[in-house]
This record gives sequence, C-alpha cells and structure tokens, in this order.
Amino acid sequence: MLYDLIIIGAGPAGLTASIYASRYQIKHLLIGSRLGGTMVWASMIENYPGFELITGADLAQKMMAQVKKLGVEIKNTGVLEIKQKENIFELKTENDEVYEAKALIIATGTQRQKLNIPGEADYLGKGVSYCATCDAAFFKEKTVAVVGGSNAAVTSALHLADLAQKVYLIYRKRPLRADPIWQERAQKNAKVEIIYETNIMGILGDEQKVTALKLDKTYQQNEQLKVDGLFIEIGGQPGTELMKPLGVELNKEGYLKVKPDMSTNVVGIFAAGDVANAFGEFRQIVTATSEGALAANSVYRFLMGTKK
Amino acid sequence: MITFTDQNFGKEVLESKTPVLVDFWAPWCVPCQMVGPTVEELAKEFEGKVKIGKLNVDENPQVAVKYNVMSIPTVIFFKEGKEAARQIGLESKETYLKLISS
Repeated sequence: MLYDLIIIGAGPAGLTASIYASRYQIKHLLIGSRLGGTMVWASMIENYPGFELITGADLAQKMMAQVKKLGVEIKNTGVLEIKQKENIFELKTENDEVYEAKALIIATGTQRQKLNIPGEADYLGKGVSYCATCDAAFFKEKTVAVVGGSNAAVTSALHLADLAQKVYLIYRKRPLRADPIWQERAQKNAKVEIIYETNIMGILGDEQKVTALKLDKTYQQNEQLKVDGLFIEIGGQPGTELMKPLGVELNKEGYLKVKPDMSTNVVGIFAAGDVANAFGEFRQIVTATSEGALAANSVYRFLMGTKK
Repeated sequence: MITFTDQNFGKEVLESKTPVLVDFWAPWCVPCQMVGPTVEELAKEFEGKVKIGKLNVDENPQVAVKYNVMSIPTVIFFKEGKEAARQIGLESKETYLKLISS
C-alpha cells in the first residue's frame, strides 16, 4: 500500500504531525511501538499549555483520540526495516506487513539508556526497574539504589525515600548534575546516601531477586552493596537504528540532524521530536509538538513540489 | 474485561479452561494507563478464546507476591493455570499478541 507519508513514532511529535497531515489531507499512516512515547512516564505535567496538571498517559490518550477522530489508524507495532527504492520508502513492520511512502517523518524519540552490565536483563522486574513512580511501592521498608545524577535520578531517589528504608544514589561523577534545588533536597534527606565517583559493575541476586550490587571501588570497606532493588535513571538514547542504512546524518551525540524546516540530508525524510537536534538539549513535549507540526507542513510542501 | 482479584484468581485463572492474560497494574503507575486500552482491544478480539483482564496489585497483593511481580506494568500469560510467558514494561500491542501466541 502506497501512502504519501508514513510517520514513525506515536509520541507528541508523531501524533501532532499526524493531526497536521490530516488537515493538509495528506494520505498517511502512523506507526508506533510505544503509544504516547516518553511522556507516558510523566506522572505530573504542569508545563503543557491548556492543562494546569495532567498525567502523561492522559495527555497521550487525548492526542491519540484527536488523531483517530481525523480518521487515521495508529498501528501499534515496531518498524523493523526501511529500504529506499528510488523515490519510495518501503517499511517492514514487526508483524510482517509492508507499507510504502513518498515521505517519512521520523519521530522515534529516545529509548531508556541501559547500564549494559551483567544481571541487568536477568533481574528486570525482580528488583531492576526503570520507573520509580511505578515500582516504589514494591520496596516498602527495603533498601534500594538509584543510579544516575540527573533530575530524574534525584527525584526518583526522593520518591523512593518516602517508602523505602534506605536509598543509595550512585553517580559516576561529582557533583550531581541535577538542579541545585534537587541536590539540596537529596543531601538533606536522612534516608538518602549519595555515593559519588562510583560505577556499578554488576547486579547480583539469588535468581529470584536482586540482593547486591558489585561496585568498581569499595564503599565502607565493602565491594558489594547490599540492596533489594536498583532503579536505573541514566537518561535516554535516540532511536536512530533504522536511519543508519538510509544514510541520514546524525550529530555527534547521535541525534538526527535537521534543517530549520525539519528535513534531513536525505530527500523525503523529515524528523521531529526528541530524536532530532532542532532545539539542542531542550527536549520538551511542547517542542516535540511544534516540531511535529513543522515537519508535517514541510512534507506538505515537499509533496506539492513532487507533483509539479 | 475481567477484574481479577486475590479472591477470584484461583477460579478465574488457575482453573480456567481457556488461556488467560493478566495485566498487573496500579493506579499510581502512569505507563500502566497506556496498557489498559490495548488489553481492552485484545479482550474484544480474543473473546471466547482467551480470557483477558486486569489485576490491581495494590488491592491484591497476594497474587502479586506469589508471582513475584515487582515492576509494573507486567503482563503474564497463563495456560492451564501455569505461567507460560511474561512481559515486563510498557510494550506494543504486537508484543502482547506474540505473548498470546506463545
């Protein structure tokens, strides 16, 4: 099936691109493996205009409802491969369906960065977690660690400290890179202990559950730190695997390079949202939606041009 | 969609003749709110073939502890009362479909 446009990614950038594409009457499809994208991890959004306070899931559902109301189907699956055949892009999805498009908007966002250490995959859901707000309740009166030094890591540690008996915050550098207000709160919290300039080398357990972490240096004379859980909050990495074979240029941090109109160096491929470098390090829902709208507008112009 | 509980889990899941898909969730878990609608779609599509429902881990800690659920969302597929497959984290509808066909 040939579409004028396929949007990959169902976060705020992709969903907004679809809303605009519908209004431009561009025949398009939206494919996304994680509906709502990164914002569905946000329990409190207070900076998206029009909503004083909303959860990421609620905002995602509202955006998805708007997309669907305009007659667009959201395919909730992953894209495995994209091939370029002259001026047509051919996509293969995880459920073995093939779609073709004249233009693409890549809005694949970022994926959670993993530590990539022994035990991380084995103990996922057995003490290893990537979502403190989701899983803190399973660690009441227990000892946990959070790895990372960002706002997300420190707020996770503080959230866990409400329920857990003890929270270690482990960061590879010094000082923390979180905003000063969060650093101060972590330092003042009696349950939070910050371990600086230390890396986690492995996650140990008894098959059923996490029991300890192996550190790269001794902490209070121990090479192992006894914990019941580890929360990994070390940021995200852009989802660009599909783009490499197509020759789309990345910046040195690995994000897609876009021009002011959201086009990439490959004719017909546009990008929007967290995966793109449009706003530098500033990655917000409101910037993602803006980029999505702009990308759809540029696709509209591009398609008009190809018809001449 | 069925609501599974500590009380009905034995009858509805362990003694079920049809396979069962259980979505473990809690009200405070924001990504869990994204799994709900997907599981509801699956419940309609598999009506009569697979029993599909949700279990609130906050209200039903016994089942959550028994199956060592320490991270949500978690979706577990049961066949003949035994765990056949488990998916941790927010995943696509396609991934949950694969769980059912496993």
